[in-house]
Amino acid sequence: MSTEQVIQLDKVNKWYDDFHVLKDIDLIVEKGQKIVICGPSGSGKSTMIRCINRLEAHQNGTIIVHGTELTNDLKNIDIIRKNVGMVFQQFNLFPHLSVIDNISLAPIWVKKMPKGEAEEVAMAYLEKVKIPEQAQKFPGQLSGGQQQRVAIARSLAMNPDIMLFDEPTSALDPEMIKEVLDVMIQLAEEGMTMLVVTHEMGFAKTVADQMIFMDEGRIVEQAKPEDFFNNPKSDRTKLFLSQILNH
Amino acid sequence: MQTSLIRKIIFDEKSRSLLVQTLVIGLFAVFIYLIVQQTAYNLEKRGISSGFDFLNMSAGYDISIRLIPFTSEDTHLRAYFVGLLNTLLIAICGCFLATILGFLVGIIRLSTNWLFRNIAYVYVEFTRNVPVLLQIILYYSILLHLPKTKQAIPIFENFFLSNRGLFSPSPIFKDGFSIVAWSFVLAIVFTFFLKKSLKKKQEVSGKQYPIFLINSAIIIFTPIFVYYIMGRPLDFELPVLKGFNFKGGMVIKPEFIGMLLGLSIYTAAFISETVRSGIISVSKGQREASQALGLKSNLVMRLIVIPQALRVIIPPLTSQYLNLTKNSSLGIAIGYADLVHGFGGISLNQTGRAIEIMLMVMLTYLTISLTISVFMNIYNKSVQFKGNA
Repeated sequence: MSTEQVIQLDKVNKWYDDFHVLKDIDLIVEKGQKIVICGPSGSGKSTMIRCINRLEAHQNGTIIVHGTELTNDLKNIDIIRKNVGMVFQQFNLFPHLSVIDNISLAPIWVKKMPKGEAEEVAMAYLEKVKIPEQAQKFPGQLSGGQQQRVAIARSLAMNPDIMLFDEPTSALDPEMIKEVLDVMIQLAEEGMTMLVVTHEMGFAKTVADQMIFMDEGRIVEQAKPEDFFNNPKSDRTKLFLSQILNH
Repeated sequence: MQTSLIRKIIFDEKSRSLLVQTLVIGLFAVFIYLIVQQTAYNLEKRGISSGFDFLNMSAGYDISIRLIPFTSEDTHLRAYFVGLLNTLLIAICGCFLATILGFLVGIIRLSTNWLFRNIAYVYVEFTRNVPVLLQIILYYSILLHLPKTKQAIPIFENFFLSNRGLFSPSPIFKDGFSIVAWSFVLAIVFTFFLKKSLKKKQEVSGKQYPIFLINSAIIIFTPIFVYYIMGRPLDFELPVLKGFNFKGGMVIKPEFIGMLLGLSIYTAAFISETVRSGIISVSKGQREASQALGLKSNLVMRLIVIPQALRVIIPPLTSQYLNLTKNSSLGIAIGYADLVHGFGGISLNQTGRAIEIMLMVMLTYLTISLTISVFMNIYNKSVQFKGNA
């Protein structure tokens, strides 16, 4: 097992005006690791992963992805974004483009891939998320679960080696959560490096190598899933787990 | 039995709405009938003749701004067409200028540059809150207070701005110019196909071409090249100051410039707000998703934001085009010879056929407006989303 460090966060701090969202975040992600991040809303978990592909700028500390440091340097931001895929809570598919155009857009315009080839790639990923028959439809014609799977395919089409998931199932009906989680589990089994913000603890137990619990902008607890669920160290974690596991 | 039938009609959802609609239409028809009857009776009683025979009578007045030849001997019908063309001219030029200015100001208002953003803000708040008529009169007055022709302000050597308008060179076409014109048309057709083939090429090879730049160059340089090959078959007659006025060339009247400035600067303020709201309406998530995929900001704008913003921009933009077109009837205030000024004003006074003329003018505006609506609606359909997004 290689231990190549693909993401390094060192003393990362971020403020929204006076509000201190991220406080001295240290995090190291190794290649192929699956990290699940949970915590109450407003704890900074989404903000943290959004800093990793610079959708948010951090103000203090360093973030290094694949040896490239994230600064105001636009070239570096481009390099990192090409290697880091992201899936959002609200899917954010492009409503004016068909499913296949949604997926082939970035390969065509960013990777400068010929259209035919890009569409083949797109179809391959649609097969992977098990909805190739929806290729010609528009996002507005799909269910939430199908939309999120298209969003995952769209990210994968850029062939990233790290995937960030920002509450990918929070906007879905209970019935559709499973179809999305199945795709994510499959992706995990293939060895993708994944950072997942989610409250799906079943999923976490299945795939996570590391659990992270955040509260008020800090990483309160980081542990292997068996330790995390069976004997959490901090009281805050215990309280949180008791609330989400016994509701 | 009978009460239940009445009850059924009044309380049944469908029959009640049918009943109400029939009543309203009926009352409206009676109202119109009475007005027409009364008007016809009153006109007859006062011995005022009616009908459209006046259209073939000689107009007896001159129109200073005209796109087709017109003398005072020509008919009222021809005066109608002169006015119609002037209305269309100001409407088309106005919409064109207002769109460019509006999009520019709308985008600048979202700029991160504090100075630009606030200049645009002041412009919008000032122009859209002052009646357009006052603005037209203001610009016209400024134009009338320009120096006299003798002290006209030269622009690019051969244009002269004075209180009588903008004197500019007029083109004289010599033999062979038609070939230059055709080469221009062919260049446009060619670029159309080139665009298609380059797009195909991009689809096959993935290489991106600066299609817009290549095509602009072809459209600009082909006619210039042909022009020199044909031995420069185009001359300009330059305006030359002789005595108190310019001889030669052509003049763009201050009435036209005043109208154009007034209408387009006023309407552009509204269009800029439309454009701004359209761009804002595209959710932040759309930009974030495109950025996360690695798209650069100009591509995000071109491929993701603008196509979605158009969906919101087009319907109110149509309204603005309609407003501008109808506001062009304000030309009467500064003597711009549009449809209302000539045919709707002088012809009306001379013939006294107020009802006929007003009906004709109104129907004309209605036709122009509906035509604009139809085309904009077709365009609007092409930019809407499929499904419920």
